[in-house]
Amino acid sequence: MVTQMIADDSMVTFENVGKKFQRKSAVKDVSFTIPKGEIIGIIGTNGSGKSTILKLMAGLLKPTQGRIFVDGKAAQRLTTQYVAFLPEQDVYYSEHTIGQTLRFYSQMYSDFDLGKALELIEEFKLQLEQKVSVLSKGNRARLKIVLALSRDVPLIIMDEPLSGLDPLVRESIIRSLISSVDMEKQTVVLTTHEVNEVEPLLDRAMLIRNGEVLGYESIEQIQSERGIGLVDWMRTLLA
Amino acid sequence: MAEQFSNAQPIYLQLVQRICRQIVRREVQPGDKLPSVRDLAVQFGVNPNTIQRVNMELERMGIVESRRGQGMFVTEDTKQLNIIRDQLRDEHITRFTNEMRELGYTEEEIISGVQNFLRNEKGQ
Repeated sequence: MVTQMIADDSMVTFENVGKKFQRKSAVKDVSFTIPKGEIIGIIGTNGSGKSTILKLMAGLLKPTQGRIFVDGKAAQRLTTQYVAFLPEQDVYYSEHTIGQTLRFYSQMYSDFDLGKALELIEEFKLQLEQKVSVLSKGNRARLKIVLALSRDVPLIIMDEPLSGLDPLVRESIIRSLISSVDMEKQTVVLTTHEVNEVEPLLDRAMLIRNGEVLGYESIEQIQSERGIGLVDWMRTLLA
Repeated sequence: MAEQFSNAQPIYLQLVQRICRQIVRREVQPGDKLPSVRDLAVQFGVNPNTIQRVNMELERMGIVESRRGQGMFVTEDTKQLNIIRDQLRDEHITRFTNEMRELGYTEEEIISGVQNFLRNEKGQ
């Protein structure tokens, strides 16, 4: 008997998902679908529940209620095998060089595309023999991006990939994201506060407040039907 | 990003207009191959899906043709390109005329104003 119908064209499905930490609700009864082959931006103030939603999606947290499907399968710990997750914090061993970090990742994930990683390293002008511990903040952010974008997985999740970086670094990261993601095979979900900057990059935006989805619309719809940009859309919904 | 977009209109439409202008100005010649979706996306700093949409729209307008396995090419159909050129002119004239009327100028004042302007420009 078919108990759930997950549309073939959906990459992520949340069904009445809730998440509590002790007694505090971080995510409340959230339902949405993310179609395959799109770039989705999740926006909202600090503490709104954006990161929790990403971690639930990546299978790193278990929902207190509801169900989550990623590429048609229930999300769980093993989801990380076919999802690339870029956390807000740093994730590598600081004693490693960039080269060692890449090697470590290629051993950990069979889908890690070393060739692509090396291309991105060159594009970002990083040096393989550089130690991670001496990298600038911008270069650490670039390395994280390289690690996420080099995985040949259907879903790439990025938590604040642009936060705390200067405009030129943000621009180079956005450009490398555009050039390395394969939209025919990959879906990208990211959280950000740089709403204006990512607007041209997104297919859809989701606004979160207090653990609830306040709005979820395609950028084109926001622009053509309402004649406003993403920041104004956000302002209207939060008013 | 080097490219700035206005919020009032979908980005794909802004890009369609931008590419139409390039073609009308002959910055891009009839028969020229357009850059790939990925290259255009990187160049404009936009989502590759937006470029797909732009190509679909340009194709629908008869300005570009997709050749199987080779990419998108500017049409060599000059009749079609002239139609686009005329459309672009009419759009600008409509906008200009509406603004002038709104400011209270008569038809004669608008025409003589434009004629004087062009004459003076030539004289300089």
